[in-house]
Amino acid sequence: MNFGFTEEQELLRAEVRKFLDQNAPLERVREIVEAEDGPGNDPALWARMAELGWVGLNMPEAHGGVGLDLETLLVVLEETGRSLFPSPLISTVLAAKAIERFGSEEQQARWIPGLADGSKVGTFAFMERSDTLGPEGVETLAKPDGDELILSGEKLFVSDAAAADLTVVAVRSGSDAPSLSLVVVEKDTAGASAADFEAMDLTKRIGKLTLEDARVGTDCVLGEQGAAWPSIQWLLDLGAALVTAEAVGAAEAALEITTEFAKGRIQFDEQIGKFQGVKHPLADIYVDVESFRSLVYYAIWALDQDADDARLAVSRAKAYCADAFPQSAIMGVQLHGGVGYTWEYDIQLYLKRAKWVRPMFGDADHHYERVALLGDL
Amino acid sequence: MDFQLSEEEEAFRQEVASFLDEHLPEGQGRTPEFQAKWTEAIREKRWVGFSWPEDVGGGGGGIMEQVILKDEMAKRKAPALGSCFMGLAWVGPSIIQYGTEEQKQKYIPDILDGKYQWCTGYSEPDSGSDLASLKCKCEREGDEYVVNGQKIWTSIAMWSKMMILLVRTETEVKSKHDGITCLLVEMDTPGIEVRPIKNMSGGAMFAEVFFDDVRVPVENRLGDEGQGWQVTISALASERSSIAEVHGLIRKIEEVKDLARNTIRGGRAMSDDPGIRRRIAQAETKVEAMRLNGMRFLTKQLKGEPLGSETSINKLHRADLEIGLGELALEILGSSSTLMGGEEAEKGGAWAKFSLNWPEVVIGGGTPNIQRNIIAERILGLPKD
Repeated sequence: MNFGFTEEQELLRAEVRKFLDQNAPLERVREIVEAEDGPGNDPALWARMAELGWVGLNMPEAHGGVGLDLETLLVVLEETGRSLFPSPLISTVLAAKAIERFGSEEQQARWIPGLADGSKVGTFAFMERSDTLGPEGVETLAKPDGDELILSGEKLFVSDAAAADLTVVAVRSGSDAPSLSLVVVEKDTAGASAADFEAMDLTKRIGKLTLEDARVGTDCVLGEQGAAWPSIQWLLDLGAALVTAEAVGAAEAALEITTEFAKGRIQFDEQIGKFQGVKHPLADIYVDVESFRSLVYYAIWALDQDADDARLAVSRAKAYCADAFPQSAIMGVQLHGGVGYTWEYDIQLYLKRAKWVRPMFGDADHHYERVALLGDL
Repeated sequence: MDFQLSEEEEAFRQEVASFLDEHLPEGQGRTPEFQAKWTEAIREKRWVGFSWPEDVGGGGGGIMEQVILKDEMAKRKAPALGSCFMGLAWVGPSIIQYGTEEQKQKYIPDILDGKYQWCTGYSEPDSGSDLASLKCKCEREGDEYVVNGQKIWTSIAMWSKMMILLVRTETEVKSKHDGITCLLVEMDTPGIEVRPIKNMSGGAMFAEVFFDDVRVPVENRLGDEGQGWQVTISALASERSSIAEVHGLIRKIEEVKDLARNTIRGGRAMSDDPGIRRRIAQAETKVEAMRLNGMRFLTKQLKGEPLGSETSINKLHRADLEIGLGELALEILGSSSTLMGGEEAEKGGAWAKFSLNWPEVVIGGGTPNIQRNIIAERILGLPKD
């Protein structure tokens, strides 16, 4: 029994933290994401991270990845979360994982090397206007036409939509609800266009992918046509776990920032951190962060092992986090007093991240209902 | 990370499982005869005082083995290992660490055999959360200590033969933690008066204890004079990673689920109510967080690192759940939740009583706000107030 990280993983954590502290402190993060018409990330830093093997960390060695487990990726995500590092890391990992797990050897060789070396950005598009995570919510049609599929529909709330060179898209292949397929759509496909929305959290790009009679070859379908719902569910679970893993780092940093503020701010001739009205909410935040940390560590381990309780574990982690992280960030702003409301202070950046995390791959309502169902209720 | 048991651990788990299967047959009523046989069997197996050193009669069990043992027992709702609750929880460990040879020989075998109960004389009317401010007076006269003062919230004082007692032997001290001494006191010593306190659920589990010129032989002092605080703290530190409590809470949640399935209000099972479903799922998630937090603490212990203030995390969760599950059950029940007995009351008012008994767990051993202070000051490094 060992619920801890290996020495190598701890070394990796230190290395990633040092890299991000040096190259992407929050001042730099603000520059990157506030730049007019900028890509919302730093392509040069992304390339260096790819070189260091952090982008392809979890991708198969045979196709240019490093071949390590999700548990090791978790260490990197906690750090990118702490730094609010703006990058398409989670999106790209999800696309690569879909291709690795459900695609053929040929498809893997075609797309994964570009994702692993950082030259291509990938993403996964599921959500539509229906705003539900059930299979019935997918209306984007894939109409067969010889050895091609004609795609039409609109995918919404797609992470890194505009930046993505390839998008793994959930599409409908038949009228019964679970009859879905996964299709890879490349950026230059005629009839496919992507645009980012005006998002609250500037460190996370989110947008839409419009498909107007976009034609893709059937060789772009991952796995069996019309039978992808279980694969899609697995990808949604993985997405929820990765988002929560990153949220652990972000929530921890928000707690640290607020704790430091409480130690430095003097009112009534005392450090405000001396007052129980300040101390107790901070203690409660600590309890919550440590708890969804434990939940998501286990969920990631369960996904690595393909354990029977992986789905339940993911839902518990995401549900807890989706409630607790926004609440703790709101408290963080409150404890800062007036300056917490300013653009200048950093705590607001974490509040916005928390609000991004909340619905991503399912909110607390969605996941608690799944916990209830899986618990025979 | 690795949540699998090693080969030796798995072998130990199987040994435990087969012993329990043999001694706890399915559907076995908990009759006095059964209890007697069980007690004899676990003593022989050295599971009472399982973590204590073998030379004092304990089982010498390691941390992981303790967890496995408790885990397997909880799964089968096995009766407790030994009946001298406080003796096994902290009096025994304190005596093993600080006691003289004579004290060990005199008390440890009786604790293991459950011959009688121990109670704990720590809290005083003016010293609750601020325990170290205790004032119970104690003066030495020759070979005796003379104790005058009062203790309160002393669980099972009326049924105990012995008490582990904290007194103040010195009042002019730099720190309030100095000048405290620990005594082992026979409850039938002249001058001790026990007055049970009726609690809000109508029962009486704890008492006030008054000391009027109570004479305690010096040989009954545990540790040195003035060392009482360390004796107490080290005993409380022997506390484990709370994994065992999780099983009790999991069972409670199963009971709440059954209650929700079986309670029909307005023609609908309460288990179909979205609000109730969400709250049950939340409670279940919180217990799982406790279990996994406990595993992280356990990993630290296994690496030989001492457990610090992080155990307060699970104490806060537990407090929340002990209170919250009772309230949830009452909300599921609706109007009948107000009844304490009679045929209209669900299970004779068991949930109503449960909903009034949480202070026993939630207040004893440090209130939630004390746990928050501990986390804020010792982990987050905020200034003491």
